[in-house]
Amino acid sequence: MNPFTVHRGRVAPLDRVNVDTDQIIPKQFLKRVEKTGFGQFLFYDWRFGADGKKNPDFVLHEPRYEGASILIAGKNFGCGSSREHAVWALADFGFRAVIASSFADIFANNSTKNGFLAVRLTENEVARLMQSALEVENYQVTIDLEQCEVRDDQGFHAKFPIDNFVRHCLLHGLDDIALTLQHEAEIAAYEARHPAVERG
Amino acid sequence: MPEKKTLFEKIWDAHLVAQPAERSPILYIDLHLVHEVTSPQAFDGLRAAGRKVRQPLRTVATVDHNIPTEPRGTPITDLIAAKQIAALQSNCKEFGVRLFDMDSPEQGIVHVIGPELGLTQPGMTIVCGDSHTSTHGAFGALAFGIGTSEVEHVLATQCLAQQKPKTMKIDVRGRLDDGVTAKDLALGIIGQIGTDGATGHVIEYAGPAVRALSMEGRMTLCNMSIEAGARAGMVAPDETTIAYVKGKRFAPRDAEWGKAIAHWRSLPSDTGAAFDKVVEIDATQLCPFVTWGTNPGMVAPVTGRVPELSRLRDAERRAAELALQYMGLEPGRRMEDIGIDRVFIGSCTNSRIEDLRAAARVAKGHHVSAKVRAMVVPGSQSVKRAAEQEGLHRIFQDAGFEWRESGCSMCLGMNPDILQPGERCASTSNRNFEGRQGRGGRTHLVSPMMAAAAAIAGHFTDIRNWKFQ
Repeated sequence: MNPFTVHRGRVAPLDRVNVDTDQIIPKQFLKRVEKTGFGQFLFYDWRFGADGKKNPDFVLHEPRYEGASILIAGKNFGCGSSREHAVWALADFGFRAVIASSFADIFANNSTKNGFLAVRLTENEVARLMQSALEVENYQVTIDLEQCEVRDDQGFHAKFPIDNFVRHCLLHGLDDIALTLQHEAEIAAYEARHPAVERG
Repeated sequence: MPEKKTLFEKIWDAHLVAQPAERSPILYIDLHLVHEVTSPQAFDGLRAAGRKVRQPLRTVATVDHNIPTEPRGTPITDLIAAKQIAALQSNCKEFGVRLFDMDSPEQGIVHVIGPELGLTQPGMTIVCGDSHTSTHGAFGALAFGIGTSEVEHVLATQCLAQQKPKTMKIDVRGRLDDGVTAKDLALGIIGQIGTDGATGHVIEYAGPAVRALSMEGRMTLCNMSIEAGARAGMVAPDETTIAYVKGKRFAPRDAEWGKAIAHWRSLPSDTGAAFDKVVEIDATQLCPFVTWGTNPGMVAPVTGRVPELSRLRDAERRAAELALQYMGLEPGRRMEDIGIDRVFIGSCTNSRIEDLRAAARVAKGHHVSAKVRAMVVPGSQSVKRAAEQEGLHRIFQDAGFEWRESGCSMCLGMNPDILQPGERCASTSNRNFEGRQGRGGRTHLVSPMMAAAAAIAGHFTDIRNWKFQ
C-alpha cells in the first residue's frame, strides 16, 4: 500500500449528501477481475449521458476542477454496497482523499486499505470548504496526516479524528495482513481451541 | 456480580484472538462467504504474496450476483460476467474452497443459502464481501460486510483487525398489524432514523414485535440494517432460531447439538446490559410502506403522499428535490396513484419461501395488470424447489408472473435483468439508489405482498384492503 503523509491538491466540490457506492461506480463495471482501470467509470451515470457523451455540466468536467485530487462531499459519503471498486475508481481517477462530515463504515474501512483518506470534518467545516471550492479559483487544501489537520492558504485549519492504528498504517503504507500474521501463535492457539468441523 | 453484556459483546469477546497495544483488536472469523464479484482480486492478492486460504472448511463460495435467471444451461452471453464466474471456479479449485456452482442444487444468493444450509449459526462471526451480510445477524450471529482487501485478509488469516463498533438497541413495542411485514418494519425504522442513523453501530433488534417474527422475517429486518448505516444487525437466538437450524445440512448433530443449543441459549443480552444508544419503535403505528425517493430512508405510508419539500431542512430538501426529479414524481402525489411498469419479487431481502408464500397468496386468482411485467426470482434453488412442491410457481404463472432461476437478479441488475430508462418498478429488494436496477430505472421498495398487489393493480395499493381469493 502507498503511504499517505501530507498531500496538497486541488479541491472539487460534489455538493450532495448520501453519495452511494452505486453512484461512485455503477454495477455494470464491477465485472472486471483486476483492481485497475476503474477510474474511467467513476460517477459514470453523472459524468456521461445515456448515449455515452460527456455531461459538460457535471462538476468533475468543469475545467476549473480538472486535475483535482481532493473531493469534498456531503454527509454519509460511500453508503450502500461494500464494493471496494468505489475506492479503486476514485483513486484511479486521481483522487487521494475525500472530505465529508460522515462516511459509511465499509467505505471508510476500504479507503484505509488503499492508501486513500476519508477525512471527517464537522458539517460547518465541510460547508466552509465547499464554499471556498465553489468560489476560489484553483482552490487547494493540504491534508496533513502527521498533524491530522486540513488547512488552506486563506487561514482555514481544522483537525480531523482518525484511529491511531489506522493512521500509523497509512503513514507507513503497512500491509495489515502481515501485521495480523505477526499473531500467528495466538491465531493457532485459538484454532486449537475452536477447530473447524468437516460437515455436510 | 459479573459484568452485564449485550449479545454483541458476548460474541465479540469470545472471538478476540489478540488485543495488541496501540492496534485494532484481532477478531476470529468463523464463517467466510465468498461470491464472484468481490473475490477475484482477493485471490490474486493471495497468489501474489504466496499465501494460502488458511481455513478452507470455514470458507464457502457460490455464484449469485451476475448469473442469468434464464433456465440453467442457457449460455452466458455477457463474456465479462462469464470470465468472473470462471475465475471463481478456478480460484475455488486452486485454493480448495467449497463452491456451490451454477449447476448445484444448493446454488443461491449467498445470504439465502448460508442460513438454509445451516452454515449460519448463532454466536458465530460471519463475513462476506457484500454489505447485506448483516442478514445472518437474524440468528444471533455477528455478521457484517467487508471490502475485497478484507476478503483477502480473512482468506489469508481467518481474522480481521477491527475497531470495536458501538451498540444500538432498537426496541420494537407492540405487534405488527396484518399486512405489515418485517420489510415494513425495516423501512419504518430507516425512515425514522435515516440512512446514516446507525453508522458505527451494531443494532440489536428486540421487543415483542421482533420476537414474533419468523426467521425469514428476522432475516429481512437484519438484511436492511446496512441501509440504516449499521455495521451489523442482530436478533437474539431463541426457540424460533433453534427450531430453524435443527437438522440443516451443516448444523451441529448428535452430542454436539446439545452443547450448541446450551451455548446459544446463553447468548441473549443480559438484563440491564447497557447500549450506547436506544431507539424505541411503536409497531402498532407502522403500516405498509413504499419508498418515493432514491434512498431507503425516503419512505411514506402507502396511504400517504410524496412529502411537500417545504417541510424538509436544507440538505435534505436539496436531496429530495434531486430524488423527485430522478423519480419523475412531484410533492403531494398520493402514493396509491403512482402507476408501475415492472415488479421484482426477489433479492436477499425478500426471496425466501415465506416471502413467496405471502406474494402467492395475494396473486392467487388474480392477474398481473396488462401494462406490467412482473418477475419472481427465488433466492435459491432450494427455495425454488420448495415453492414448486407447494405449487406456488403455478399460482404465479397463472397470474402472469415470470418464474425464474435463483440469483441476485434485478436487485442490482448485474445480470441481464434490468429496468429500461424511465421504467418504474415495485421491488422487494433493498436499494432504490439511482440506476441501481438499471440506468434511469425508478425503484420503489415494498414488501412481497405489496409488490404482488401492485403488479395486479398496476399501481401501489394498500394490502390491508386486498381481496384475497
